Amino acid sequence: MKEEHGHRPGKKTYKYGMVIDLDKCTGCGACMVACMAENNISFRKDETNKLVSNFWMRVYKITNGRSFPDTDVCYIPRPCMHCEGHGHHHHTPCVSVCPACATDYDHETGIVSQIYTRCFGCRYCMAACPYHARVFNWWDPSWPKGMEKYLSPDVSPRMRGVVEKCTFCHHRLQRARNKTYSEGRREIREDEYQTACTQACPAGAITFGDLKNPEHKVHKLVEEGKKKKIAFRLLEKLGTNPKVYYVSTKDWVQKAADVYLGEEGKPVTHA
Amino acid sequence: MDSALIPKGVKRCPFGLFLVWIGILQIPFLIGVIAYLVCWGLALNQTYLNNNYPFGLWIAADLGIIALGGGAFFTAFLRYIIKIDELKNIVNFATVIGVMCYAAALGILAVDIGQPLRGWHIFWHANVHSMLTEVAFCISCYFTVLLIEYLPLVLENREINKFGFPRSFAHHLHEAMPAIAAIGVFLSFFHQGSLGGVPSVLYGRPFAYREGFLVWPWTFFLFILSAMACGPCFTILITRITETFAKKQLVKRNVIDILAKISGWLLGGYLVLKIIDTISWGVSLAPSVGAPAGSFYANQPYGWWVLITEVGILGIIPCIILLSTRARQNQPLLILACLLNCAGIFMNRWIMSVQTLAVPVMSFDKFFSYHPNWAEWASTLMWVWLSAIVISISYRYLPIFPQEKELNPL
Repeated sequence: MKEEHGHRPGKKTYKYGMVIDLDKCTGCGACMVACMAENNISFRKDETNKLVSNFWMRVYKITNGRSFPDTDVCYIPRPCMHCEGHGHHHHTPCVSVCPACATDYDHETGIVSQIYTRCFGCRYCMAACPYHARVFNWWDPSWPKGMEKYLSPDVSPRMRGVVEKCTFCHHRLQRARNKTYSEGRREIREDEYQTACTQACPAGAITFGDLKNPEHKVHKLVEEGKKKKIAFRLLEKLGTNPKVYYVSTKDWVQKAADVYLGEEGKPVTHA
Repeated sequence: MDSALIPKGVKRCPFGLFLVWIGILQIPFLIGVIAYLVCWGLALNQTYLNNNYPFGLWIAADLGIIALGGGAFFTAFLRYIIKIDELKNIVNFATVIGVMCYAAALGILAVDIGQPLRGWHIFWHANVHSMLTEVAFCISCYFTVLLIEYLPLVLENREINKFGFPRSFAHHLHEAMPAIAAIGVFLSFFHQGSLGGVPSVLYGRPFAYREGFLVWPWTFFLFILSAMACGPCFTILITRITETFAKKQLVKRNVIDILAKISGWLLGGYLVLKIIDTISWGVSLAPSVGAPAGSFYANQPYGWWVLITEVGILGIIPCIILLSTRARQNQPLLILACLLNCAGIFMNRWIMSVQTLAVPVMSFDKFFSYHPNWAEWASTLMWVWLSAIVISISYRYLPIFPQEKELNPL
């Protein structure tokens, strides 16, 4: 049957996404560490210049700007948003601009992937992403001596001169698929495919799963969050349609999530 | 020593002096070569580019150079399609300038991409939705067209032209030139426009994003018009610089005047549309994503002065000079207008690429400034020196200026 915009008629599709409870996040950075270890993200001895550092998951610290005793702090973990994009063609901001089809939107899973060996490093996708979720390999990847032995064999290290980003630990999805296949099942259970950051979060702030599946916790959290008007996404108004939802009961945090502070005082638009 | 190669009836400086001149130009050129080798060998960490500024001087220069090189396609369009006969006296030189502008654009891209050896992926794995794909295809094709337009000039060198085949081939190329020029014009319209689309399809970047007509954002059309407006001014500027170094007039003033006048009208049209586009963005698009227009100009050095300088000082002033017959015929004023016009286009391209990335989009994102380092400057300016060398050699040995003999009888 003819494929249309990557859809395979009759094939079951998933929409993997995340819900991050900002009221629970303590900003410990365990998600960042887990992500780096899981995905063979290289680092240098001197990482003081964060503008050239490799982070797939980055934790931002924001404050409400008030002085003591009214001051309040919130930590915002920011993986790739795996944007669905706007329009009928799923024009994810980065996917639609890549001139060499080196980044792809998987219509079966909703995961935005990066083909490192095809990327030639023009960085147009980085310019397209308003979340700074994409990073460039400014150096050859390297690890302290002996640490190469601890690299994950499931994730290929990236060469210099290419762009990389969070893949929702796509290799774990492959592993889960292999397992279900070998056990004669067709459906991956919720606990069989979880990202490294989700599992590493000591506060249980990150929840991962299929946003379309009513049985999955993420689906319930999003629905519940929408009802209570505490669920939101970053830069909702731009129409990037992210698959990472945030939950916070704090009004100032919800406002900070949307475009600029220009609309201070107006309610945040919910999905 | 090389007198046999110099066109008949014209005078050139002694060969030794010419070699000294080329030698001087090679010094900064070689610094640029070193910058290239450093970036290729040690990777792009040798620049001041970073994850917040994936685009910097190189991309801005690419956009600017291609706009300045627009003089080649537009002069060819006026000469071969609109049939303005006087322009035959400058179209050759416009072609030489165009060749070097496009060579520079491709050369800069070769150092800008992280994996230069994979540059062919843009053709092999082409994404038809990407503006950059369209740009890559059109620029490569148009560069080939420019080389074909340049070829007859080389074949008309005195010594080469003595042989039958090069002579007849050059003749046939001249015959086919209107068709070749038409192909060049078609390709140029598309890639000049696509370059405008490169920043303006980024709907995650509300500073640059524009709606438009079908798949083309409004800046697609603005970039075409601005290239048509500044390209002839750049041709005039380089012609006058060449005349200064050659110490003689090479093109009659009426030819320059035609180009300047056309440039003025196009610049005027462009400015009207640019102002409409900016106002419409400021009152409609920017607020629709929750950001007042002023928020985009809140981070220094990218304050309101940027917009005022671009449209006012580098747009309206040269436009007035170019449209006024008296001002246009005042040579220092004409040069000033051309300089301002070309600087304006460069500033516009910098704004559309670098300022777009400078504006933080997430409310909790911080502003960081960017300025290019020596490697970026040296590798970009390398093309200026190389162009000077190619223009010097072309001027010395090829019949580029048909009016030179008449204006400078021996």
